Amino acid sequence: MKKTLYILFLVLLCSVSLPSRAAEEEGGIDVSELIFEHLGDSYEWHIAKSCVIHLPCILIDKGGITTFMSSQIEHGQEYKGYHIAAEGSYAGKIVNEQGERPFDISITKNVLELFIVCAILLSVFLGLARWYKKNGYKKAPGGFVGAMEVLVGFVEKDVIKSSIGHGYQKFLYYLLTVFFFILTCNLMGLLPIFPGGANVTGNIAVPLTLAISAFIAINFFAPKGYYKSIFWPEVPLFLKVFPLMPTIEFVGVFTKPFSLTVRLFANILAGHVVILSLSSLVLELLVAFIQAYVFTMLTATFIGIAQSE
Amino acid sequence: MNLLTPDPGLLFWMVLSFLIVFFLLAKYGFPIIVDAINKRKEFIETSLVSAKEANERLATIKEEGEKLLAEAKAQQKEIISAAMQEKQKILLAAQDEARTSAQQIVDDAAARIAAEKEKALREVRSEVATLAIDIAEKVLSEKMSSSAEQKKAIERMIEKL
Repeated sequence: MKKTLYILFLVLLCSVSLPSRAAEEEGGIDVSELIFEHLGDSYEWHIAKSCVIHLPCILIDKGGITTFMSSQIEHGQEYKGYHIAAEGSYAGKIVNEQGERPFDISITKNVLELFIVCAILLSVFLGLARWYKKNGYKKAPGGFVGAMEVLVGFVEKDVIKSSIGHGYQKFLYYLLTVFFFILTCNLMGLLPIFPGGANVTGNIAVPLTLAISAFIAINFFAPKGYYKSIFWPEVPLFLKVFPLMPTIEFVGVFTKPFSLTVRLFANILAGHVVILSLSSLVLELLVAFIQAYVFTMLTATFIGIAQSE
Repeated sequence: MNLLTPDPGLLFWMVLSFLIVFFLLAKYGFPIIVDAINKRKEFIETSLVSAKEANERLATIKEEGEKLLAEAKAQQKEIISAAMQEKQKILLAAQDEARTSAQQIVDDAAARIAAEKEKALREVRSEVATLAIDIAEKVLSEKMSSSAEQKKAIERMIEKL
């Protein structure tokens, strides 16, 4: 088992490091261009040189919904009045004839990766739940179920419970979902080939969504004391009348989720840059876990602070 | 900066899929898993406690058993020594009795022998007396020619006795 893992690890390492080295030797392709191509989103998924998955494009414009496969506009052709912009602020994105951007809900590489992550999460945890339903709690699980149980128990006890304290059950399932969502996204991003390799958590939209949900969890479920501590904190009166402290506290409400977003986004993005240029996969495996851990723990801590006030 | 502006399409799919995953997992996934994990934790803890209790009970039972065994042994020893004493006593009494009864038998036998002897002597004596009288009668009734004949006659008579 150990040996298999080691070989797998070596293969992973080689397959990650080879493209960038090869590109450097050819001299024709810029490494940074390759990295940015990987970090960004695209309308198709390059698996190998000759193997490309074309993904469906879904566009909502003034005229309604338009759908077609991305193979129609692969090389800059125009199809149904849409093409991929070559330059400008929308470079690499689909624009219409006027150069304007429609509401683009295409299934891009990142969206497909997102769906794959969701499918993995649902199958893993619903499968786990089915195992418990079938076997009851008195039977000791082995293998994968046992490992997942340890991880779930760790996140529940050492991350969520210890950060929020009393009344943590209200946020337990949300935070568990966040943790495993980020962890799966990060780990999938480390796989060099399909169905991994997309840079989902390193794309600002994903951490932003998670941070907005954290904002809701922190602020909308907080007791009354929390709002009092923001708008009328226990500080000398002159700091409140000339509203210095309330302003700072109010800004703090938004900086918390913002810091969550930037931390996850920047770390995973930087991690992908490192993995592509230096191919240090061990570090990245660590980062993948640490970022899921940190995001969940900080959200839990912020909720805990809000709850205790 | 393309990387820093959130793409509305991805944002849309992210919100949608995260909400779906969250609701499905929060309804059908994590409650069962967390519940099972906590129940098992409780189960293991109670099992450990009851195992410890059982162990303790076993130890006390063992101790009690040993105590009981020691008591039984002491009692057995006592009973045996008492029985030995009893036996000794009975043996001595029996010996005593046997001795006295043997003495009595011997005494009786001696007395009887003495009596028999007395009786026999008396009988012999009376017999001898009668014989003497008979012989005297015979001597007197017979005519005796010579002293030699007399002597012979007497010897014959004695022989006849």
